[in-house]
Amino acid sequence: MTRSSWPLYEVFVRGKRGLNHVHVGSLHAPDDEMALRNARDLYTRRNEGVSIWVVKADHITASSPDEKDPFFAPSGDKVYRHPTFYSIPEDVPHL
Amino acid sequence: MDLEREFERVVAADHRVEPRDWMPDGYRATLVRQIAQHAHSEIIGMQPEGNWISRAPSLRRKAILLAKVQDEAGHGLYLYAAAETLGADRAELTERLVEGRQKYSSIFNYPTPTYADVGVIGWLVDGAAICNQVPLCRTSYGPYARAMIRVCKEESFHQRQGYELLMTMMSGTRQQRAMVQDAVDRWWWPSLMMFGPPDAESSNTEQSMLWRIKRHTNDELRQRFVDMSVPQAEKLGVTLPDPDLVWNAERGHHDFGEIDWSEFWRVVKGDGPCNQQRVAHRRRAHEDGAWVRDAAAEYARKKERAA
Ligand SMILES: [Fe+2]
Ligand SMILES: [Fe+2]
Repeated sequence: MTRSSWPLYEVFVRGKRGLNHVHVGSLHAPDDEMALRNARDLYTRRNEGVSIWVVKADHITASSPDEKDPFFAPSGDKVYRHPTFYSIPEDVPHL
Repeated sequence: MDLEREFERVVAADHRVEPRDWMPDGYRATLVRQIAQHAHSEIIGMQPEGNWISRAPSLRRKAILLAKVQDEAGHGLYLYAAAETLGADRAELTERLVEGRQKYSSIFNYPTPTYADVGVIGWLVDGAAICNQVPLCRTSYGPYARAMIRVCKEESFHQRQGYELLMTMMSGTRQQRAMVQDAVDRWWWPSLMMFGPPDAESSNTEQSMLWRIKRHTNDELRQRFVDMSVPQAEKLGVTLPDPDLVWNAERGHHDFGEIDWSEFWRVVKGDGPCNQQRVAHRRRAHEDGAWVRDAAAEYARKKERAA
């Protein structure tokens, strides 16, 4: 039996105008164009999207959860980036 | 950081485990097996109904059936994709299926001799699948849960088209009503078997519940399905083929008769009415498609070289 060597693609769909593309799953396809067509047939059979991105899975660079602590540490101690850090009297309007 | 403790904390807090997280080998292996079997079931499940696409009685019914069977292909692919996030190889999973080394739901080893079977499959088989799948939308492994959410959204169309088809037939001739009853008689018990062996004999349930892969036992889900189906059968005007099926006010559930587990195990072990036919058909489709896959891969290579 021959083994298909079609690469793995990750699929991102924009549900409607005004929304970001969101990862919906993956599929195998021989090339980019077929990946798009397969993604349309697989992930948008009921008008779930107005735009699709496909990306070869091995072109994605990801942070690893194993490194979660050090990788995301820089934002961990910067509480002053959040509005709740600042105490403002309740009677100041629109703030 | 203690990886195992972190895994247990995530599961206990009802958070989702994601592909690159550390997980126990047993958890990974259980999931690969369960998701692969689930994917195979969707793919093999196209055959019993696919049998009727060319003979559906109207263009409307044909379009509906095509869409339904196409959905099942989609479900299979969502699930294979989820299995791959655990390190499983798609081509290898297909090989295991066509070589009979990995199982799929036994329900698809029953034949579809009449068109009423299309309706009863939608009503009872997809109905039972929905009972099984809705809790899986909250299963602890993220990609599996997300695939199940997509699947469940699509399944309600499957069940409704089946029930509507049966309602139409039940308002037809006496012969058509008899066809529906006959199909119900053949599918009712196998549908109850879809939930798997009774809790007392289900070896994997306890660990799977601890890992929150499963959230209900086989018997709980089976009971839920029986309770849901009884009023639907009444409305339809068919009799469920179980003389012991009766409302138990004390339990607040229906009591039902003994399931023939020897039949269940016989079909699981390969001796059902259609086991060989189903796997042989899948193998043939896979082998017949090899030249297309190879040609497309070669075309892609050629284009890349030219670029
Ligand atoms: Fe399905
Ligand atoms: Fe279905």
